[in-house]
Amino acid sequence: MRRYSAFAIAREAARFHTGWERAWRSPEPKKKYDVIIVGAGGHGLATAFYLGKNFGITNVAIIEKGWLGGGNTGRNTTIIRSNYLQDPSAAIYEKARSLYETMSQDLNYNVMFSPRGVMMLAQTQSEIRGYERTAHANALQGVTTEFIGPERVKELVPIINIDGPRYPVLGALWQARGGTGRHDAVAWGYARACSDMGMDIIQKTEVIGVRQEGGKVTGVDTTKGPIDCDKLGLVVAGNSGDLANMAGFRLPMESVALQALVSEPIKPCMDVVVMANTVHGYMSQSDKGEMVIGGGTDGFNNYTQRGSFHHVEETVRALVETFPIVSRLKMLRQWGGIVDVTGDRSPVIGKTPLGNCFINAGWGTGGFKAIPGGGWATAELIAKGEPGPLSAEFGMDRFIEGRFIDESVAAGVAH
Amino acid sequence: MLTLQCPYCGVDAEETELHAEGEAHLKRFGPGSSDDDFETYLFMRENPKGVHFERWRHSNGCGKFFHAARSTTTLEVFGTYSAQTYEPPQDIKDKITAKYPGWSWREFA
Amino acid sequence: MSTRLATGGRLLNKGKQLNFTFNGKQLTGFEGDTLASALLANDQMMMGRSFKYHRPRGVVASGAEEPNALMNMGKGGKFEPNQRATTTELFDGLTCASQNHWPSLEFDVGAVNNYMTRFFPAGFYYKTFMFPKFAWKHVFEPIVRQSAGLGQVPKDRDVDTYEHFYAYVDIAVIGGGVAGLQAAKAAALSGAKVLLMEQTAHWGGRAATDGGEVDGKPVADYIADLVAELDAMDNVTMRTRMMGSGVYDHGYVLGYERVNDHTPGNDGPRHRLWRIRAKQIVTATGAIERPLSFAGNDIPGVMLAAAIRDYAADYGVSIGDRTVVVTNNDDAYRTAILLKNAGLEVPVILDARAGGGGALAEEARALGIRIENGKGIAKVKGGKRVTSVAICSQAGEGAVLEEIQCDAVAMSGGWSPVVHLWSHCGGKLTWDDAQAHFRPDATRAPTNQDGIGFVVPAGSANGEMDLAAILNDAHDAGKAASKAAGFNATRKAAPKADAQAEAAMEPVWLMPQGAGPKLRIKAWLDFQNDVKVSDVRLAAQEGYESVEHTKRYTTLGMATDQGKLSNINGLATLAGQLNAPIPAVGTTTFRPPYTPISFGAIAGEARDEVFQPLRRTTIHGYHEDVNAFYEPVGQWRRPYTFPRKGESHADAVKREILQTRDSVGLLDASTLGKIIVKGPDAGKFLDMLYTNMMSNLKPGKCRYGLMCSENGFLSDDGVVARIDEDTFLCHTTTGGAERIHGWMEDWLQCEWWDWKVYTANVTEQYAQVAVVGPNARKVIEKLGGDMDVSKEGLAFMEWKDGKIGDFDARAYRISFSGELSYEIAVPASQGRAFWDALMEAGAEFNIMPYGTEALHVMRAEKGFIMIGDETDGTIIPQDLGLNWAISKKKEDFLGKRAQLRSHMADPNRWKLVGLKTVDGSVIPDGSYAIAAGSNANGQRNTQGRVTSTYYSPTLDCGIAMGLVHNGPDRMGEVIEFNKVDGSTVKAEIVNPVFYDMDGEKQNV
Repeated sequence: MRRYSAFAIAREAARFHTGWERAWRSPEPKKKYDVIIVGAGGHGLATAFYLGKNFGITNVAIIEKGWLGGGNTGRNTTIIRSNYLQDPSAAIYEKARSLYETMSQDLNYNVMFSPRGVMMLAQTQSEIRGYERTAHANALQGVTTEFIGPERVKELVPIINIDGPRYPVLGALWQARGGTGRHDAVAWGYARACSDMGMDIIQKTEVIGVRQEGGKVTGVDTTKGPIDCDKLGLVVAGNSGDLANMAGFRLPMESVALQALVSEPIKPCMDVVVMANTVHGYMSQSDKGEMVIGGGTDGFNNYTQRGSFHHVEETVRALVETFPIVSRLKMLRQWGGIVDVTGDRSPVIGKTPLGNCFINAGWGTGGFKAIPGGGWATAELIAKGEPGPLSAEFGMDRFIEGRFIDESVAAGVAH
Repeated sequence: MLTLQCPYCGVDAEETELHAEGEAHLKRFGPGSSDDDFETYLFMRENPKGVHFERWRHSNGCGKFFHAARSTTTLEVFGTYSAQTYEPPQDIKDKITAKYPGWSWREFA
Repeated sequence: MSTRLATGGRLLNKGKQLNFTFNGKQLTGFEGDTLASALLANDQMMMGRSFKYHRPRGVVASGAEEPNALMNMGKGGKFEPNQRATTTELFDGLTCASQNHWPSLEFDVGAVNNYMTRFFPAGFYYKTFMFPKFAWKHVFEPIVRQSAGLGQVPKDRDVDTYEHFYAYVDIAVIGGGVAGLQAAKAAALSGAKVLLMEQTAHWGGRAATDGGEVDGKPVADYIADLVAELDAMDNVTMRTRMMGSGVYDHGYVLGYERVNDHTPGNDGPRHRLWRIRAKQIVTATGAIERPLSFAGNDIPGVMLAAAIRDYAADYGVSIGDRTVVVTNNDDAYRTAILLKNAGLEVPVILDARAGGGGALAEEARALGIRIENGKGIAKVKGGKRVTSVAICSQAGEGAVLEEIQCDAVAMSGGWSPVVHLWSHCGGKLTWDDAQAHFRPDATRAPTNQDGIGFVVPAGSANGEMDLAAILNDAHDAGKAASKAAGFNATRKAAPKADAQAEAAMEPVWLMPQGAGPKLRIKAWLDFQNDVKVSDVRLAAQEGYESVEHTKRYTTLGMATDQGKLSNINGLATLAGQLNAPIPAVGTTTFRPPYTPISFGAIAGEARDEVFQPLRRTTIHGYHEDVNAFYEPVGQWRRPYTFPRKGESHADAVKREILQTRDSVGLLDASTLGKIIVKGPDAGKFLDMLYTNMMSNLKPGKCRYGLMCSENGFLSDDGVVARIDEDTFLCHTTTGGAERIHGWMEDWLQCEWWDWKVYTANVTEQYAQVAVVGPNARKVIEKLGGDMDVSKEGLAFMEWKDGKIGDFDARAYRISFSGELSYEIAVPASQGRAFWDALMEAGAEFNIMPYGTEALHVMRAEKGFIMIGDETDGTIIPQDLGLNWAISKKKEDFLGKRAQLRSHMADPNRWKLVGLKTVDGSVIPDGSYAIAAGSNANGQRNTQGRVTSTYYSPTLDCGIAMGLVHNGPDRMGEVIEFNKVDGSTVKAEIVNPVFYDMDGEKQNV
């Protein structure tokens, strides 16, 4: 792999950039791999990357029915934070956040991780108590957060209205080292690194069956024919239920639409990410200048990647109330993605009823921020066949035991 | 932005009048049931790509719960029906069969 | 230079001159001008700077597809960035400024990027700015952010208002061009209710500009008649200045009406958002001309051929004195002919087709215009304005044959139907080889709730480019829509139209076709975002082969025009590089809105006080009168405390508690949920709902009960009163009333539908006041009436109906404070009067109201749990030592099975205890009890946490409740709670009941 750098750009500029090589190969599938990962989104590619980097397993295929990074990785609001309440969540999201800090260097691909700070507004007394609880938990979890007062909120976000007549801002949980990243670049950076390790990323190839023998997976049937493997990882977010059906088991998950939208670009006016859970909306400003906005999910199962407009109305109302200047901006584009939501709204990383088949799913609305941590933990699970400490609590057995990881406790919604 | 006809009051209710209430025809398991049955009842979901049976409530209307048969990929509604039943009515099943021969959903087909 | 012509300007009222300012310059235009046409009339061709390279940008289009002419509009509370000059109607006093430059439009420091073009190819930022580690955040990102963005940030609060409309129609027709009008008429003739909307201020679209005859009359006259005819039909609603913004599932359409943008002084809303439900939708959204990709095609003065024609015909504005026309189709000849007839120079028409044009070419030639077939532009010369073009063979690599002086270039690469609204909800496209464009695939329309297609494309939006075909298609579309909506379609035939025949167009995706890297790097695809042919090729070369990858890698089509001009050219370029057919490459997804719509309109009226509904008790007026300090609880606003002048909130809370414990206090408890459960099976039902037994409660008695979710977690609590054999009244928490009522209905309607039980949420039918404190009885007795509220007459945990004073009252002897306490319900309408009567009667006891904080502290002093504090959705009753409230006799209740699961039956679950700090301080909210060591993820181990923590005025020290591992077995032990600064506070594990342990005070 030829390294990317300012010097490389200067060199290529001289010859009109005709010398750049492909970022990733586009191979035909081999007959057999040690590990097949289904899904070349952020989590699937990160899983493959850490299989190679941490465990030296590089005879890996990543099979993608569309284009790599084309699912939720490419359609989220790019928020990265780890100020979670429960220990298992804080551990995996903080792992992810710390990996984001060095990801550009690790992958030699600028993913533009921007630790600009993430703020979650407290607008009721119970939200204050919830976030103070999170701050105390975080202090013991090695996650740096603090609860700040309304004056500090205003100082960090001058365009905010802290004196709204209905829900004045009473404070906020502030994670200075949270931020945003360039979502597509995360997928592309991992893909380039995986391809460089000799892994095959097989795009536009759909898995149509999971072949099994004696309770174990032997391979997958694809639109390009059968491919054998020793181990199978299912990392397909909103399509997890569909894949599980093929493999013959059910999941404690449902797929729903989550929407996001952006404004037209304006000059920089907000340097941090603000999330307001009482009124249901969150917003940051992209490097291009667009206000990137998200809200809640639909309540019904949906695979159309289109949500209902009343959610957009609700979110925009919340943001106009919180940031009055937004009223004079315009919505440029709205879109939807399909997220899979579990019974306790926390993800599943764990074993399946099939011995050598593993799953990473159920990230709901919070998948992007977890990509490196989720990939790290899933790679460990696949390589060792047993969960490591990061994923130990995230197995599906928790639903039968009644041992939940519930993050809605503090925040109301877990974005 | 869905519209569903409330089978009780007959209104073509738009989504903002309704509240989605999850998968339909779940069989309740109480004390004495196995861990597996209880887990299935509370958490395991069909989550199909295609024909689905679900519960709704006309919450900003007559307040009744009802059932709907709907596609999760096209959002086509095959029909809505009473909440006081253990299975979808035959005419709705026929309507689905006409469109998707060979469909199945849990024990229904 | 661009200037106003003596002739032309069919949309202008030249009798009315309007004044406006641009970048501080005073300029004039006419009524009917757009901001763009008025600027052009004042020779202001340059209107902005591009996003990435800050290159000079002139207007290229005349409508919604314009990528360049974006303005900072207005001032103060009416300021708005990124307003498109081509769709902004001029009004007197308009103020605007160009964007994305510093210090000025003419001289922009950012244009230094322009000289670095070669170093800033597509995706360059992914390949650099990586070292050192934090350089991106601290050095590069601020630079990128500052030079990006377009418009300025609004500074002031929006002074305008917005509103929402609802419309239910049979057929919505989007687009009021000749096709939309015709389709609307055909649909309306069936009797269907039709809503016709047009985004501009004018009906008829561009048909009148392009000419032709319909039914023997000029098309302009035909349109005028059609508009009059529709206007006279009762079943047709017509709206101009209203854009069909998006098509959503089940026939939902958003209409965005710009009511007062052009009359900012008028009363009424600025924008109106229409939420429309239509059985069928006709998309008559027209077509957009494509640019051609040649070097220098972004220099101001290079414009779409039809736009130059529009400015001349509609606004009487000439773009230049000498306009070179370059085309791959016949339509652009109309521009040449019109300019020539207006007395302007057209030095040459460069027709990329080797075979040249048809009848229109003949007409142009007859006017003496030079036509060069098989030729194209090698390069446009000029900086802030076109100065000349270098001509070459289209088939070659760009060897210059001749240079021609000119000050404008009219380009046309063919037309693309506006398929956005067709596609929003899943309508599929098909590639039309002859026209080289995507058009709706009528066999794969978006489908509605009945599984049938609900969008019908019409006219040029359906790929029809000839007037006769457009009218035919639109007529058919109107008929098809009316039929699908359940009406008998009209039998009238479509009108007969006559327009000049055109020779076939030939696709040209790069000019000249063999252009080398030096030309390709100057051939723009996306003018606003600075994406060139070279960038798309580079993306493909590097493996970003999906059209989505290319879009995201190069930012093609991601600008504020969302690729209306660039998408087809971009993906054709990509297909060429991949050696793939264009339809195999496909398009990116079309998403609403069609053009940007204001957030103000989306939010509508809901802001400030009416942002969300506000629920008030009937006693709320009192709280207002005494300036209570509130906290939002759901949509209620409850008094947190009632501070007196100069009193801090903490002091006020302390005063309220001490006074209540010492004498008497009043709480407005009206927000508490009150649900009637009635019927022969009511007791059986409540036995399932509550963890404890309710069926054996005696009429006249009250019992505290717990409700769990089916997953076992405690979800609500409250006192149940049995009214009679068949009737119970269930109190819920304030936030729980609607939820619990829904929960009850869920089980009654969907599981136990044969049980004879009805429920009614009567929360708002009653005002409820808690009269609390040792003197509570005296206050009530002072009011008189017939109710015996003595210890014997109304014992603890009993209720009774009667008169208190003149009020019909129901009194419950229940206590959440530990004091002698009556919760008294009166009809809601009498709430305030009852409250005032109590205040008056209590005056001698120094009665005072207390708020939610005093309520919380007093219940914590008594060790009562609070839903939302001690519970958080992960807590089961057993955790809180509430086993006494869990029936062991009942076979089943909701949550029982769940609580048998291994994790819930685990003896190691944290359990509720009281906590008393060693030093008397207050444990911080949310603090955790630390334990030795760390877990496998390096997190500090914990052994409990605080759930409620307060300063207790009664005990004058910090008290708390918390959940602690093995807590009830560790009484007297001191454990440490963390603080966020890293220090700890020591607390002793104690009984959670701090006050009146034996409950004597509440039972007097």
